[in-house]
Amino acid sequence: MRSRAGLACGALGLVAVFASLAWARQESTQIDPQDFTLIQRGRYLTLLADCAACHTEKGGAPFAGGRPIETPFGVVAAPNITPDLETGIGGWSDEEFLAALREGKAPSGAPLYPAMPYPYYAKFTREDGLAIRAYLNTVAPVRNAVVANRLPFPLDIRQGMTAWNALYFTPGRFAPNPSKSAEWNRGAYLVEGAGHCGACHTPKTQLGGDETSHAFQGYALQGWFAPNITNDMTSGLGSWSLDDIVSYLRTGHNATSAATGIMGEEVAMSTSHFNDADLRAVAVYLKDLAGPAPSGAPLAASDPRMAAGAAIYKDTCAACHADDGKGVAMLFPALAGSPNVLSADPATLIRVLLEGAESVATDAEPTGPVMPSFSWRLDDAQAAAVLTYIRNAWGSSAAPVDEAAVKSARQSLAARKAE
Amino acid sequence: MARKLPRKDVAIVGLGWTGSILAHELTDAGLDVIAIERGPWRDTSTDLSVNYLQDELRYRIRHDLFVRPAQTTFTFRNKMDQTALPIRTWGAFMPPNGVGGGGVHWNAETWRFLPSDFVLKTHLTQRYGEAFLPPDMTIQDWGVTYDDLEPHYDQFEYLCGTSGAAGNLKGQILDGGNPFEGPRSRHYPTPPQPQPFSHTLFAKAARELGYKPFPQPSGNLSQAYKNPLGVRLGPCTYCGFCEWFGCGNYSKASPQTTILPVLLRKSNFSARTECEVTRINLDGSGKRATGVTFVDTSGEEWEQPADLVILAAYTVFNVQLLLLSGIGKPYDPQTNEGVIGRNFTHQTISDAVGFFDRTKFNFNPFISSGAIGMCIDEFNGDNFDHGPHGFVGGGYMGQVQTNGRPIETTPVPPDTPRWGARWKSAVRDNYLSTVKPGTGVHGSFYSYRDIYLDLDPTYRDRFGRPLMRMTIDFHDNEIKQNAFLTDKFAEIIQAMGANLVTKEYRKAPYDVTKYQTTHLCGGAIMGTNPSDSALNRYLQSWDVPNLFVMGASAFPQNAGYNPTGTLAALAFWSAEAIRTQYLKNPGPLVHA
Repeated sequence: MRSRAGLACGALGLVAVFASLAWARQESTQIDPQDFTLIQRGRYLTLLADCAACHTEKGGAPFAGGRPIETPFGVVAAPNITPDLETGIGGWSDEEFLAALREGKAPSGAPLYPAMPYPYYAKFTREDGLAIRAYLNTVAPVRNAVVANRLPFPLDIRQGMTAWNALYFTPGRFAPNPSKSAEWNRGAYLVEGAGHCGACHTPKTQLGGDETSHAFQGYALQGWFAPNITNDMTSGLGSWSLDDIVSYLRTGHNATSAATGIMGEEVAMSTSHFNDADLRAVAVYLKDLAGPAPSGAPLAASDPRMAAGAAIYKDTCAACHADDGKGVAMLFPALAGSPNVLSADPATLIRVLLEGAESVATDAEPTGPVMPSFSWRLDDAQAAAVLTYIRNAWGSSAAPVDEAAVKSARQSLAARKAE
Repeated sequence: MARKLPRKDVAIVGLGWTGSILAHELTDAGLDVIAIERGPWRDTSTDLSVNYLQDELRYRIRHDLFVRPAQTTFTFRNKMDQTALPIRTWGAFMPPNGVGGGGVHWNAETWRFLPSDFVLKTHLTQRYGEAFLPPDMTIQDWGVTYDDLEPHYDQFEYLCGTSGAAGNLKGQILDGGNPFEGPRSRHYPTPPQPQPFSHTLFAKAARELGYKPFPQPSGNLSQAYKNPLGVRLGPCTYCGFCEWFGCGNYSKASPQTTILPVLLRKSNFSARTECEVTRINLDGSGKRATGVTFVDTSGEEWEQPADLVILAAYTVFNVQLLLLSGIGKPYDPQTNEGVIGRNFTHQTISDAVGFFDRTKFNFNPFISSGAIGMCIDEFNGDNFDHGPHGFVGGGYMGQVQTNGRPIETTPVPPDTPRWGARWKSAVRDNYLSTVKPGTGVHGSFYSYRDIYLDLDPTYRDRFGRPLMRMTIDFHDNEIKQNAFLTDKFAEIIQAMGANLVTKEYRKAPYDVTKYQTTHLCGGAIMGTNPSDSALNRYLQSWDVPNLFVMGASAFPQNAGYNPTGTLAALAFWSAEAIRTQYLKNPGPLVHA
């Protein structure tokens, strides 16, 4: 037995070595931009990288740009990346395209804002980058001049980004970890690179750079909290199996959870189109990410917030989410043990209760069940109580939700709608 | 002058159950389909929200989900020598409105008709002789058989996830199900709903009297279900806000919870809501539909050209559009000729209410769902010998308590004052200990020469079109049938241990202000002969072969069951004929 195990390790090691050789070789490969397989690979890569999420306006021509992207510093509009010569990128050389994709540099030499996730796309191999370029060359050119930069002074001065890059941008391609499997390395390439999961799920510094020491442990953006996607048991994916992760990314749903908001869009436009091997690789990598330390003991059932919350839950929530908080698989998300419910930052939780949530509908799971808004029915104290309850019922524990937090979320969500 | 829209392969009038089924089937066949719906779009979360759908005043009393009589109504009379007057508030039935149609507000009682129901005229004549039937009764065979429809009943039940117990599996009679049902090819997709106390007590009493009670087939699901289209429904929570209300829990089968999520993802489907179709357009020959004309909320008139027109509105509106478009010969009761408007029917409903000792019985009537119930079928159709009784027809009966809602559920014994302190205390004393079925006796309504639909000579709608006129009354046959069934039903309620049972017989004249059911049937019936039916056995117009007419308007007479299962099975049957026969060779599928 011992020798067979040793052999297996050796074989895995070999695979990793081959993989790293393959990565290295790809950097220098000459490519034919008219090659069908290359163009199709590029199309798949644009799905992995979800280019359309920013570069295609809702209902607009593919990749013609113009969609405003909300950042903590202001709004940036995604440019036109169709092959139109004047307003798109048809006039760019391949090297200029690669520099924009992987280094955040426009052909003029001006730095791009990191709303373009080049710190992640830096991991792209040259061949993958050129495959994307080859595919984008085949989409219909659209004449659409986009004013990308709508940031206030002094952020509208792009040269500021040079300093930012010095602080937060690590150039360099993906380097496989030879001690891990090829599947793990593929997952790492997708999660850290093309998938740019950290753009939402990794906490940011004051200047918007990744807090790499807390990678993937969750981050508040656009009025949501993108939850911890490490393997942490409490607020991360620790309780999810590989299949749970694959089902969630493929269909938007699994036995306990449903994608909504930005993640619902991500599933619909990107992850539902991943092939099975890639989804599995993503799951394998995420399950190997270490998470933060677990939190403390649950609030006592006798706590007045818990008593009020339990009563509100019974009246208002239990019909769908069930008395035991387990919901209905693939239809009504489980609240018991849910990473979203137990997130350190309850922004998503408060928002879903106040605004309701439309879960994503996919070809595999077309139902797309929707939770209605409860904002008019529950006041701040009631909302806080029921949220505190679901964070501390069924053996879970998480910090109580303050009435003040609900109040301020109500105001900021109203402001968001008014914009 | 109507503005003309780009041509479509198929225009569907109405996006309820049958419109949704046809849209799904025909888009699957690759056709470009548009559905035109008079009412608003309706979604579970935004329009049927758990936050407010339990509003009895809004939905039950003020009829929120239904057509507003100000938009359109019908005129009504009992007898041909009376002058019909417009209905100004709905009473005996509730014309649906909006996407999902009656599928939004139904109780989801999902029955199959008996095999003999489809060959009714032949069956009754053979068993009892022609002379046994009233001379003015105009019942007919359907032109389809139970065996034709069985695969499509099955299709609908599996679409909905219907909860029930099989009573006849491929000819084998099973305990616990309805032993009188036609043979079914497989079990119900989900087990029966667990029954509340009064239902269980009814079943026990019925069994002791020698009957074979069974759970009513229910579209309020006993458990979570994924249908063959991949759409999911949740388990019913027994909230008791089902009929007249939409379901906020995704647990009542409706177009919204079974078909629309898939339909909306198809690029060859589109829908226009709040657009009222005013006419089906014909070419110069009058033998071919060229599309439909509709009016939007701005009063703008549009023409939608289409190769195939599917009429899928509510019974009376189907008949009205045929008459206003000049399709088929209008029925004339004097000469008994013509087909559009003939064999109009409804349902014969009655009740028996049991008052029990409140110190011993607590029924918690609010624990309920639209279709939950224990029923018997011994007195339905021709399941019993009618010879000694002098009438034909029948119905199922059962403890089908659909709700305990506060405004409606105020059972008080006879001789209680109608208001005041004594009334209040009587309501308090009896609320929990009274058995008051929503549908106790659910009887058939057979067709007669003098019950029909035609265009009103006086009253017009907002477009200047004549309103539909209903001429409808109960005949002696139905009154006798109801008296017999109500007495049998009351015996069971009595045997449950009631202190007092009151019987609420259905009596003539037909009262348009008292709710019975929304099961208006007939007026554009299917059959074997163009001289006495509007449609052939595939629901295809005899006169205009590129027009198919869905719905209960095709029923030659109404059986003692809720009609939705049958009208949905007919829709699947018709869709199959369109897909496998009509599209290959567009033209009449039956040559008269």
